[in-house]
Order: sequence, then C-alpha cells, then structure tokens
Amino acid sequence: MAFVSFAFILFLVVLVPVYYLVPKKAQFIVLLAGSVFFYAFCGWRSLLYIIAATLNSYLFARWLSSAAKKENGRVEQMRETWSRDERKAFRVTSKKKRFRILVLGLVIGFGLLCIPKYTAFTVSNINAITGASITIPSLLLPMGISFYTFQSMGYLIDVYREKTECERNFAKYALFVTYFPQLLQGPISRFSDLSPQLLAPHDPEWDRMMSGFLRILWGYFKKVVVADTALLAVGTILSDPETYNGIYVFFLLLLYAAQIYGDFTGGIDITLGISEMLGIYVKENFDHPFSSLSTKEYWRRWHITMGTWFTDYVFYPLSVCRPMQRFSKWSREHLGNAVGRRLPVYFATIVTWFLTGLWHGASWNFIVWGLLNCLVILISQELNPLYEKFHKRFPNLAQNTFYRHFAMIRTFLLMGFIRTLDCYRDVPLTFSQWGTMFYAPGFSRLFTEQSLLGLNGWQWLLLGLSLILVWQVSRNSPNDAPLRHRIAARPVAGIVVAACLIFVVLIFGSWGIGFDASQFIYNQF
Amino acid sequence: MSVRLKRILAAAAAIIVLVLIFAFLQALLVPKYMESTQEGAMIAEYYDEPVSHDVLFVGDCEVYECFIPSVLYQEYGITSYVRGSAQQLIWQSYYLLEEMLERESPKVVIYSVMALKYGTPQNEAYNRMTLDGMQWSKSKWNAIKASMTEGENMLSYIFPILRFHSRWSDLSSEDFTYLFSKDPVTYGGYLPQTGVVPKTSTREGDKLKDYRLPETSMAYLDKMLKLCRSHGAELVLLKSPTNSWKYWWYDAWDEQVFAWADEHQVGYYNLIPSDWEIGLDWDLDTYDGGIHLNLSGAEKLSSWFGKILKNDVELPDRRGQADTDDYYGKMAERLNQLKEKNQNEQD
Repeated sequence: MAFVSFAFILFLVVLVPVYYLVPKKAQFIVLLAGSVFFYAFCGWRSLLYIIAATLNSYLFARWLSSAAKKENGRVEQMRETWSRDERKAFRVTSKKKRFRILVLGLVIGFGLLCIPKYTAFTVSNINAITGASITIPSLLLPMGISFYTFQSMGYLIDVYREKTECERNFAKYALFVTYFPQLLQGPISRFSDLSPQLLAPHDPEWDRMMSGFLRILWGYFKKVVVADTALLAVGTILSDPETYNGIYVFFLLLLYAAQIYGDFTGGIDITLGISEMLGIYVKENFDHPFSSLSTKEYWRRWHITMGTWFTDYVFYPLSVCRPMQRFSKWSREHLGNAVGRRLPVYFATIVTWFLTGLWHGASWNFIVWGLLNCLVILISQELNPLYEKFHKRFPNLAQNTFYRHFAMIRTFLLMGFIRTLDCYRDVPLTFSQWGTMFYAPGFSRLFTEQSLLGLNGWQWLLLGLSLILVWQVSRNSPNDAPLRHRIAARPVAGIVVAACLIFVVLIFGSWGIGFDASQFIYNQF
Repeated sequence: MSVRLKRILAAAAAIIVLVLIFAFLQALLVPKYMESTQEGAMIAEYYDEPVSHDVLFVGDCEVYECFIPSVLYQEYGITSYVRGSAQQLIWQSYYLLEEMLERESPKVVIYSVMALKYGTPQNEAYNRMTLDGMQWSKSKWNAIKASMTEGENMLSYIFPILRFHSRWSDLSSEDFTYLFSKDPVTYGGYLPQTGVVPKTSTREGDKLKDYRLPETSMAYLDKMLKLCRSHGAELVLLKSPTNSWKYWWYDAWDEQVFAWADEHQVGYYNLIPSDWEIGLDWDLDTYDGGIHLNLSGAEKLSSWFGKILKNDVELPDRRGQADTDDYYGKMAERLNQLKEKNQNEQD
C-alpha cells in the first residue's frame, strides 16, 4: 500500500480511531494487525519474506538468549567449584558457541535479503567477467526488505551483545519488525527505542495528535508538491541525456537534490507523523542535512539511522575485530606508525561505504556512489591538519557568515554532484555527463524553451515558492523544538494550517492520473 | 454561552468554511466544456429538458452528430432527445437509459450500434465526459463501476477535484465565466458541426483478427432490450451512415447485429447503404472526410429518418402542443442563428 494513495488514507482514517477505542492492552494487537494488513497489499510473496525474516530473527534471538542464560546459570552454579581460569575458559567457549549461533542467524537473515536483491547483479557480473551466459533470474524484491532486514539483524546483534533483552512474545516482536509506518523506508529503529513504545498504552491527546497530523500533511506537501514537481523536470533531463547535458547536468544536480530531499524527508515526516499521532516517537532520520558544513557532518545529518546502523554494526566491529588488530599491528611494524595507524581505519571505512552503496541498490552506480563518498571523507580527513592550520591562521573565519555559507554550498554541491550517479544509474554515462559540464556547458541553451524542462511557468513558480517555504520552515524548526508543536498548541492555528496544507497538497500536488510519481524513491531499497 | 458550546460552534463553522472552499475549488477546477471539447457538457444538459420525449436516442457520435430533434419535430411532430456522448460504451448507454426511463416513458429507444465493438473500458477522458455529467443515482454508480479503466477510482468521480486538481495551471477565462452557470451547447442533445471536409480516401477498414462482437456488449444489448420492454418502450437499433475506413462498419458485425435483431424481433436500420437515398453528398455533408456528418448532413438524415420512424413506428404528432411547439421552435431558431452566423463567417 503506497503512502500516496486513497487506500492508505482510508486505512489511517480507520486505524487511528480503532487504536484509541480498543482497550489499551489490545492497542499493540491493532497495530500488528494493521501492519500485516498494510504489508499484505505488497502481495503474498512479500508477506512470506517478512514472516521468514521475523521468524528467523525471533528464533535465533531466543536461542542466543537461552544460551546466554544457560551460560550464566552454569557459571552461577559452579561459582564455588570453578577457579577463575576455569570460569574464563568456560565463558570463552560459550561465547564462541553464541557467536556461531549469531553468525548462522545473520547468514540466514542477510541471505533472505541477498537472494532477491543481489542474485541478478551477481549473475550479470559473473557473466560479464567470465563470458558465461547464465540466465539472469528475475526475482521479486519485497518492498522495504532492506529496512526490516537491517532492523531485525540489529536486534539479533544487540541480543548477542546482551544490550537488549530478548522478546519472548512473538506477536510483540513481530510488531517491532512490521510496524507499518516505517516498514517501507525506515527509519531503521533499535528494539530498545521502539518496542517499549509500541507496547505501551496511549491516550489520544489533542496537541500530540494535531502535531502528528501536521507533520503527515507537511510530509505529503514535500512529497507530492516539491519532490514530484521537481521529478517532472528531472525526468525530462534524464529522458534525453544527449540533449540535456552540460549546464543541464548542473540543473539536474539542483533539481534532484530538491526531489530526493522532498521525497525522502517527506516520507519520513509521514512515518513520524503517523507515529506521533499514535503516541510513538520514532527516532529522527534527518537533521537539516543541507546546512552541513562538511561531508562528514552531512552524513551525520542525512539518513541518520542508516549511518548509525553501519557505524555500530559494521564500522566499529570491523575496526576492533581480532584480524583487524593483527593487521594494524602488522602494518605499523612494516609500514611505519603513520601509515599503519591509518590503514585499518581506512579499510573499515571503505568496507562500510562499499556496503552502504550496495545497501542502496544492486548496481555499480550505487557502489561507485558509496566509494566516492568514502573518498571525499578520507581526503577531508587527510586534509584536516591543513584545515586546522588554516583556521589557526584565520581564527574568526569559522564563525564568519560568508564562510559558513560558502562551506554549506560547497558541501551541498559536492554531495549533489556525487548523487547524480543515482539519477543516471549508469556509471560511464554519469562520468561523461559530468565531463560535459566542463567542456561543453552550452550556456546558449539556457534561454530557450528547452530550459523549461517540461514544466510551465506556473509549475516553476510553484516549485520555487515551495522550496522557499520548505527552507523557511526547516530553518525555524529545529528537531528539538519543531514549529508544528508551537502551531498544534493553538487549536485554531492548527486547524487553519492543516486546512491550508490539505488544499495545497490536494490542488498543487503532482498526483493522480497523468502523474506516475506516487512511489517513494527509498521504497525501492 | 458555555465554553463547550462555543467550541462546538467554532468547529461547525470551521467545517462549513472548509466545505465551502472545497466546493468552490472543485467548481473552479473541473473542466467546463463550454468553448472547447463541448462533448463533455452534453450529458448534463438532459436534466434541464422541460418536456418529455417519445423518442430517445442513445449512443456515441453516431447519434449526437446525426439527429436533430427540432427537425424531427418540425417535420413530423416527433418529440425526441439525443443522449449521446463521445465514445459512449454500451454499458454507459444502458445506465443512461436506465436513468432516463426513471424520469420519462418514451415510446421508442434508438440505440446506435457502432459502440458494440468495444467490450472493455477504453479511455479515461471519454469516461469522464460521459459520467461526470450524470446526476448521482444507482445508475451512475453502476455506470462508473463498469467503465473505470486502470488507475481510475470511484472517489475521483465522487469528488472530481481529485481528478482535475492539476488543472490549476491551465485555468482560463472560460473557467471563471462558467463557474456557477453554463450555457447549453446542444440542441436537444444534438451537437452541430458546421465545417466541411470532403471524403477523399476510398480505402476500406483494416482487417481484424476477430470479427466477433464482444460478449459483454451483446449481454448489455440483451439487458437494454429487457429494460426497454419492462418500461413499455420499443428498442430500435441503428447504424448511422459513415463513409471512412477510420470508422468502418464490417459486414461481419452487421450480420451479428442483424441476427440478434431478428432473433429478438427488434428493428435494425443500417443506413450506410442508404446514403444516396438520404441524399448525402460526401463532398459536402461531412466535416471530417466521411467519419461524421456535419450540420447539413444531419439535417438530411433527420428529415429522411423521421419519415421512416413515422411509417414504421406508431408515434403521435405533437405539433400544436404549446409547450413542445415553444421548446422545439426555440431550438430551431437557435440552430438557424448558428447557421446564419456560420454563413456570415464564411462570406
């Protein structure tokens, strides 16, 4: 069921009142039933996948938990009998056993993701490298599989690390995996953050419900007015790369930034708004990413939950694992302290960004996109001493408004430039299009009808005004004190703003017959 | 006044204001079909009819561009109305007829058979032009359900703003001029075309893979017959004269319709071979190279077909009745004004 559909709106109109009308103990059951119903719209095959992913992580977590309990019980039982060394040896053996259980759970869990998502990519690469002609299978990619797989695997690792208590009730655990607002495009939540809220009783409160409602409407505004209007122009540029090269690639960079920002943050606003209406606070996934002054900062503000997932479950474990420590030691001995110290970190960073790219999609453009981000981050890191020297020389510059705006625009353009790989989805084409920006910009084409990119004057005006509105609201709406809270606290203002947003989305949104943009970009991941 | 009552009143006022804004925006954004694509305004005009009719025509352009009720009245005293619309599919004709038979009791229903070739929903734009003009009833609901193409939904028929919201950037003076009231575009359902584009091609229609008329269409034809008989009306089938490969009536189709009509004791008039007898001149009486008739062609056809109707079916001569004289007289006058205007423009 797509967020931008009448069916979904009807679904919400039924679900929210039912959620508050049933006894509080049954609220989570309503959410679970609603989530399964919601996902069932993706087809029974997709439903089977999510059931398999849920069962896998649930059963392995139970196994891990039971193994840990047995281990602790045995240690407790033998407290008087065993020496310290014996206890330590037992712990090591038990941990290895639990690690093997974890690995098996992860292999099955990630296998469920990899088979539908990466089989065709792998086979086509094998064919390309070896010259073989293995038939490329066409497998169904269940909606949101990357999100719920990461969420459930994160839980499994947390149970292994004994950071999270294992959930014994299958229905309660299933709700954590299938919770419908975040099922298709995240955020990727942690069990300890989300599950207690999903299971807690909630009362309807005007301010919270209105705030959530406003956030949903704002999300729809960003999606169907901003993103999908920008998409019309983006689509025109992408439909004919030979005509729309040079300066138009720069336009693409700007327009796609508007599109993906409106699309992804809009989708997350809808997710978080629905949750807020239900009394559930899901972690923010964005924190004003386009105001970042550096690439590193940008990645702390954009798709936050994915970034922290990779940091916690890939980068850190990889950086401190035993083989890496051995490699670190070896490289320090053989390559010197400076290089030796860097190599393991670089290796972990490259692997993390390679996987981040691969997570976004099974194609080379995403992998190259991930590695280019990695390259920019590593170069920035290497240049850090120079920056520091520079800022020491000009101590007031960092606070200078002009410099800050320069840094912001530089980061925005750099990220936008790399992001165009996502648009063309073809690495050589993207590189050649980048080239045309410099050797054949074609400025003379700027003032022709071609430069309207398929939009009429009114639509450009709408897009421009919408972007200004989004920018202004974003500026005045920090995550810890959002504007909607202030509006929702005043009932009349809340109703007026909600009504205006409804009419704006209804009339100016690019949705319905004649528009094909109802699906969110991140639903595909 | 208690605080609670104040809140209730404020909420009620807010809801009323919202509904009014919604209604206004909907009225503004839906197409008016007054200056271009007038076919979209035809279906709704039926509800303004001040008189009842002895003959009802239903079907596609083969009725609304071919038969002129004022000619039928002035020459034969036949009161008639043409409830046609562009690419009107047979289930749409059926439900339109069902709705009309709830309102009046005609003696004859004439159905144009060309649309029998379509057995599935065809085109969203044509659907809207036929269905949006219908007043809400069970018939409209069923007509929409039967007609929706992929991607369409019932909600957008209930609230047409959901379909036409994107017209905000195409609004023209027409949308403001006809915001609250519309002018009639038809003459008793007849939509005149005054241009002349002679027939040039002698090509015949393309070969088809399957010449069977769709089962769905034939099932609706059965239903239409049952409906007419239950209301005491006689069903007559008609194929208007056309002469273009683009709009070809195949012999195989003709045979199937003829067989059905014979089996059910229903009159069927295929007027294609009668064009010479009607007096049609394919150099003068068509506005699109023989696909459709223009005003002069429609006048000839109406005059000729009225005589057939009068001879074959027992129909009262209503001439001399004050209300019908007045109504069809004004219709003829409007049509004459149009002809004069057209003549002046040509001169």
